[in-house]
Amino acid sequence: MSADTPPSSDGEFSPDDVADLRAQIEALETEVSDLRSEVDEGGADKMVIIATKGTLDMAYPPLILASTAAAFGYDVTVFHTFWGLEILHEENSKDLGLSSVGNPNMPVPNAIAALPGMDRMTARMMRNRIEDNDVASVEELIETSLASGVDLQACQMTIDLLGYDEDDFYDGVTTGVGAASAFQDMADADIQLLV
Amino acid sequence: MSTETATETLDVKGQNCPMPVIKTKGAFDGLAAGDVLEVVSTDSGSMSDIKGWAESTEGAELVDQEEATEDGTAVYKHYVRKAE
Repeated sequence: MSADTPPSSDGEFSPDDVADLRAQIEALETEVSDLRSEVDEGGADKMVIIATKGTLDMAYPPLILASTAAAFGYDVTVFHTFWGLEILHEENSKDLGLSSVGNPNMPVPNAIAALPGMDRMTARMMRNRIEDNDVASVEELIETSLASGVDLQACQMTIDLLGYDEDDFYDGVTTGVGAASAFQDMADADIQLLV
Repeated sequence: MSTETATETLDVKGQNCPMPVIKTKGAFDGLAAGDVLEVVSTDSGSMSDIKGWAESTEGAELVDQEEATEDGTAVYKHYVRKAE
């Protein structure tokens, strides 16, 4: 009933009006309680990150955000696919590469950056900087994330594609998951990021 | 707030983002109600990070934050109380 519905001629609401209002209030109460239980069932806040890059610089954003979100009480899943798998690969994660080629922010011209051995040097320089600036290593961030309850997942299709074995990954990494479970997690999450 | 009122101290000096917040959360979880955690950091970003974390964390109250100099290095102290 809208607010401007005129009252009956003597200024009182008719019994029909009152019954109508009661019914509307009841319907609204049911709706509010349904919505409330829906919100409660939602549980903790949730974040999902899809990590697709495996260079030294790109390993950091997903790991830092994941461990930080866990500290904020979020349920966090990071789904690693394609080169993102390198981050979870116990051996490769300690030696992630970095290239100056095609990166205009690096102080090296492409012609020089493309010379043999330059990528290794760039990666080593970055690693030294990371250490000098008290920034945690990739390995430390992985251990921290796992200890904080972050679910680090390795995409099964890309494990097979790149010829890796489940044992190659850090203990605690979830394997045997695919796009469907990642999608389902994303659909339920409050924050979804592709890195 | 002085150090005497803190029940526990967490030293995260020499650790950069995101470690101060993550370790604060870990230490905070182990506190009893009413305890005050002192966090000592050398990361200037911890001033805004720990403030934001405390604001978003139920039961965490940021009592005080201060900057000091220890042995010529800037340190950032945070005091977080766990709600009763």
